[in-house]
Amino acid sequence: MEVTVLPEVTWLGVVIKAVIILAIISAIAGFGTYLERKVLAFMQRRLGPMHVGPYGLLQILADGIKLFTKEDIVPQNANKLIFQVAPAITAATAFIALSAVPVFPDFTIPEFIPLLGGTFVPSMAADLNIGVLFILGMMAAGLYGPLLAGMAQANKWGILGSARTAIQFLSYEVVTGLSILAPIMLVGSLSLIEFNDYQAGGIGSWMMWQQPVALILFLIAGFAETNRTPFDLLEHEAEVVSGYATEYSGMRWGMFFIGEYANMITISVLAAVIFAGGYNDLGFLAGWFVIILKIAFFFFLMLWVRAAWPHVRPDQLMWLCWKVLMPIAVINVVITGFVMMA
Amino acid sequence: MTHVITEHPYFGVFFLFALTAIAFPATLAAARFVSRKLARLDTQKLKLSIYECGPEVTKQPNVISAQFYLIALLFILFDVEIIFMFPWAIDFKLLGWFGFAEMILFILLLAIGFVYAWKKGALEWHSIR
Repeated sequence: MEVTVLPEVTWLGVVIKAVIILAIISAIAGFGTYLERKVLAFMQRRLGPMHVGPYGLLQILADGIKLFTKEDIVPQNANKLIFQVAPAITAATAFIALSAVPVFPDFTIPEFIPLLGGTFVPSMAADLNIGVLFILGMMAAGLYGPLLAGMAQANKWGILGSARTAIQFLSYEVVTGLSILAPIMLVGSLSLIEFNDYQAGGIGSWMMWQQPVALILFLIAGFAETNRTPFDLLEHEAEVVSGYATEYSGMRWGMFFIGEYANMITISVLAAVIFAGGYNDLGFLAGWFVIILKIAFFFFLMLWVRAAWPHVRPDQLMWLCWKVLMPIAVINVVITGFVMMA
Repeated sequence: MTHVITEHPYFGVFFLFALTAIAFPATLAAARFVSRKLARLDTQKLKLSIYECGPEVTKQPNVISAQFYLIALLFILFDVEIIFMFPWAIDFKLLGWFGFAEMILFILLLAIGFVYAWKKGALEWHSIR
């Protein structure tokens, strides 16, 4: 049997990885807003942002300047401390969840770079044996951002938005957990690396062929947890103005969106690693390239659905979660158990 | 992608926690500083009032429908169930038929509670009359 030598990670490697996560995912989150506007525009036969820079590419920069220089308003009657801290909670929890997500492949910094040369940078900042559970838990903790934001501003739209946030997150948390149970039974581990290794046998060994129901449930629940369009009731303009973000302006408002886009990336990576083969090479394509394609596909899927689907009503949301998805998820777990035992 | 040897696997979590806990509030503080310098500041009282359709606002109470609390209770019931199922799912092959039968019993017990909640109308969305 071949013995593989596991690479050793120093604290420096972890620190570099954490800084990479924070810097690059923030940038991608900003770029994601541009992509979303562009994709939506093309699907509606418009051009989208075109004026700032070539093809509107500098639109993110212009938006950033706008967000930074807008007056920062804290409404009267608001609980000032909680109101000011809540956006940072949303963004921070989203990025802490990313610490256990293998966002980029591991690599070693070339020797010729001074000080950092030769440092091994792992694929995830924290190689946890409870990976999936930690990520879901951290994303659930992100609920506190919108919840506190809505409660602190003493505005009825904010309160309605935060109440909707709470029931949506809590309900779909159940479906996310149950949908991921069946793959966990097959793999026998919570670590994302084990999930990745389980699907090493080419496209036929991908989890999505064995667990198609789980993939669909996970994607639906993921859309709900990241407030994507069929379920974006918390900031549904026609009903609750802007939901929990009604009173927010400038960078505080932008921080909610950094958190939301970081969560979208987390869900995309989870779907790619758990269900779509992860980092394994696909034919002649290298693993690092394949994973980028997969993540980009799942990210694009979220924008696609936004262009194609209408909102649901809150009662439909609850109906879908508790009376449809949850029984299906439980039945899926039981059937998986029977098939594995037989 | 392989596992790595680390002395403290949770160091990455802690470091990102510390980093984000400093970086994001610092960004907010910087934005506040910049906007204080640049943005036009009017000292109208109504500007700081909350979003409303015209009338002068009073402080609104944080009151939401009891339906939301009911859903939160259901969440506690079913999400704790799922937390119990995670360790079982990991050792599924090890536990074999015995563990599987136990879990089906557990799911049946919860299904009884689920049916009860359904029949009681806890999953319906009651409109305010």
